[in-house]
Amino acid sequence: MPSTLPETELHNPQTTKTPLDPHLKALENEAIHIFREVAAEFDKPVMLYSVGKDSSVLLHLARKAFYPGRVPFPLLHVNTGWKFSEMIAFRNDIVKKYDLDFIEHINPRGAAENVTPFTHGSALFTDIMKTEGLRQALDAGGFDAAFGGARRDEEASRAKERIYSFRTPEHRWDPRAQRPELWNIYNGMIRKGESVRAFPLSNWTEVDIWRYIQVEEIPLVPLYYAKERPYIERDGMMILAEDPRLELLPGETVKHGSIRFRTLGDFPLTGAIPSVATNLEEVIAELEIATVSERQGRAIDRDQSGSMEKKKREGYF
Amino acid sequence: MTVSAIAQAAAEASTGSVTAFPAVDAARVPRDTRPLRLITCGSVDDGKSTLIGRLLWDTKAVKEDQAATLRRDSGKQNDLGLPDFALLLDGLQAEREQGITIDVAYRYFATDKRSFIVADTPGHEQYTRNMATGASTADLAVLLVDARTGLLEQTRRHATIATLMGIKQFVLAVNKFDLTGYDRARFDQISHEFKELALSLGVRQITAIPMSALKGENVVYDGKESMPWYDGPTLVEVLELATVRSAQTVGFRLPVQRVSRPGESFRGYQGTVAGGSVKPGDSVVILPSGMVANVTKIVTFDLVRNAAVAGDAITLVLDRQVDVSRGDMIVSLESQPQTGLAFDAQLVALQSDGIQPGKRYWLKSGSRRQRVTVQPSSLLDLKSGKWNHHTDGLSMNAIGKVHLAFDEQAVFDAYEQNRTTGAFILIDPDTNNTVAGGMITGKRSSLSGIHTEDSRVILSLPADLADQLMATELFASRREEADIRRVNAGKAAEVLDGIDG
Repeated sequence: MPSTLPETELHNPQTTKTPLDPHLKALENEAIHIFREVAAEFDKPVMLYSVGKDSSVLLHLARKAFYPGRVPFPLLHVNTGWKFSEMIAFRNDIVKKYDLDFIEHINPRGAAENVTPFTHGSALFTDIMKTEGLRQALDAGGFDAAFGGARRDEEASRAKERIYSFRTPEHRWDPRAQRPELWNIYNGMIRKGESVRAFPLSNWTEVDIWRYIQVEEIPLVPLYYAKERPYIERDGMMILAEDPRLELLPGETVKHGSIRFRTLGDFPLTGAIPSVATNLEEVIAELEIATVSERQGRAIDRDQSGSMEKKKREGYF
Repeated sequence: MTVSAIAQAAAEASTGSVTAFPAVDAARVPRDTRPLRLITCGSVDDGKSTLIGRLLWDTKAVKEDQAATLRRDSGKQNDLGLPDFALLLDGLQAEREQGITIDVAYRYFATDKRSFIVADTPGHEQYTRNMATGASTADLAVLLVDARTGLLEQTRRHATIATLMGIKQFVLAVNKFDLTGYDRARFDQISHEFKELALSLGVRQITAIPMSALKGENVVYDGKESMPWYDGPTLVEVLELATVRSAQTVGFRLPVQRVSRPGESFRGYQGTVAGGSVKPGDSVVILPSGMVANVTKIVTFDLVRNAAVAGDAITLVLDRQVDVSRGDMIVSLESQPQTGLAFDAQLVALQSDGIQPGKRYWLKSGSRRQRVTVQPSSLLDLKSGKWNHHTDGLSMNAIGKVHLAFDEQAVFDAYEQNRTTGAFILIDPDTNNTVAGGMITGKRSSLSGIHTEDSRVILSLPADLADQLMATELFASRREEADIRRVNAGKAAEVLDGIDG
């Protein structure tokens, strides 16, 4: 190796890793290209960071895209106040470890009006704490581009969303007036007040995410791995019973079992699955034979068909 | 398990629950190839939704809860007990309500050999723009016809657009073949007609497959039971063996996306290699300035690399302080793209305002955005495949040949040679919308219109002196008449020595 390496390169810990196969390499290259393009074209980008596995992959790709420099934009966590406590601890570690600029936003209406998933229902709660919270944070920061970890294979309306998804000053998405997106040429021209959501993981599937995490050894919140945990069963979902704010309804009892989570969000709205997969390989093995989609554990998608499209039109990312 | 073994198991499961099919073990195997990107062309009547639904269903890309939602929403099933696939695919509420597909959607499925990205585009004539969008990234096109009706005018239209967008592999899916009583002669006739059509467009990699998407014959599983005479591949087998396009055989191209300067000691140029390969020690030229430098290092997060090839997202370090900024292209010294103020191109008009002659648009290609005016010269008649003289504007969905005139030097390869550095979009400065997709056909001689016997002078000047001359008002006013190449002194001497004068 040349002796003239800049100092930062000598700190690179990953030189002995297995190389990516051509499939994952192509997905990685595409994501890095999108990160660099947005960072170069927009005045004030931000990365939406939800602490979940897709966000973890997104962050890893951002670090790769700008290496040997720092990630040149802040991470934004739109918190609801109802996240799993392990998520918050993990998040704080990551921000410190990777020297990231970090913004947390919680919609003040949550505390002021006592908005909870129990009192307001999942739909209204999500609308206020996530969608409205996100709009507040983006407006406050004056961000003109926001990276998100959404994938097209997640949900039907996402399958039609562009990599640069244009939003009005009110953060609205108009699925019928999307800009055509040809080749890998992205149109980042916007007027003041308008913005784009950029999705570097658009072409990834859930399996790709897990395999990439495995090969790249990306750290995850431990909730993704099975462990003996307390839970209750409610509306067909297994809800983690750790937070004192969870009040048992008549007939509900706390059970204990080996469970894990396929997606992470607000603990009262995110269902666990029974599992014995305590490491990444076992999680992937379970995934291969899984016959239900990962969003099945999400209450917010189940309100009705087309509910994701409706939320997106209103500014949900 | 091989595909035919799966098919056999499927046949044994016969009319039982579809979930009895063995799972395709797709997830754990490392992939030897990039995902294959394909586009499906055909209308609802040809059974396109059923075909894509079948592909997703038989490769286990549809999960049970999605299927349950589907069953709940449709409240009906077809006679094989499968849900209405069209509802699975039409993701937008307007589409569900109107029963049409209005936009490009992307679908994902995988077999144990490879993964696939399908651009699913509507087939109606007015959606040429969506087809062009889907085709721009595709390696292969699946053209669907109804076996009872055979090739239609729209088949020619789809094949023409796909060819124009650079697709060189076609699969003809002769669908609803069960409704012809599996008539072999009918299949032979349709596939023969199609081969004639494809050859007339210059496409040589063609596979025709008799198929029933509804029954799942020759899609993922074979249809030997109904068509013992057909010994060709299933659709998925063709897709597994198809080639992905590659720009590795052409000259090195790196459109610079951004300059990385994390500290005083490091300056790197970040971008995705758009052609060829590069290694430390290579001599490169920065375009349009023409400055020459050598590559010292290829930096990525994982390691300092010995080489990078087309598709790699890299950071390049050069051996000297040169002026390089976003929008410039770093290219190999030996094989350079074309630089000039005028190019010829083919355009697809994507918006209702069309493309207006003489209007100044933004052109974006790679990471570079610059001003351009467009002058149409001919218009493609998709019915006949003929180009007709046409100098007016181009209306939405029209495909035209145009002249491009730039204010500043532009850098392109022909789209035929490089699908990245030969492609561009046009952006309307009034609306910021993307209004056209374009493919460069070649540099337009800046000498056009000048009598070839007119006297010319070739000068070879030091670059700084040439820059001063070109900055003068007199030169700028007649710049279109000048032909400029930036080369090193050795190359200039070589060229001049070759001219008697």
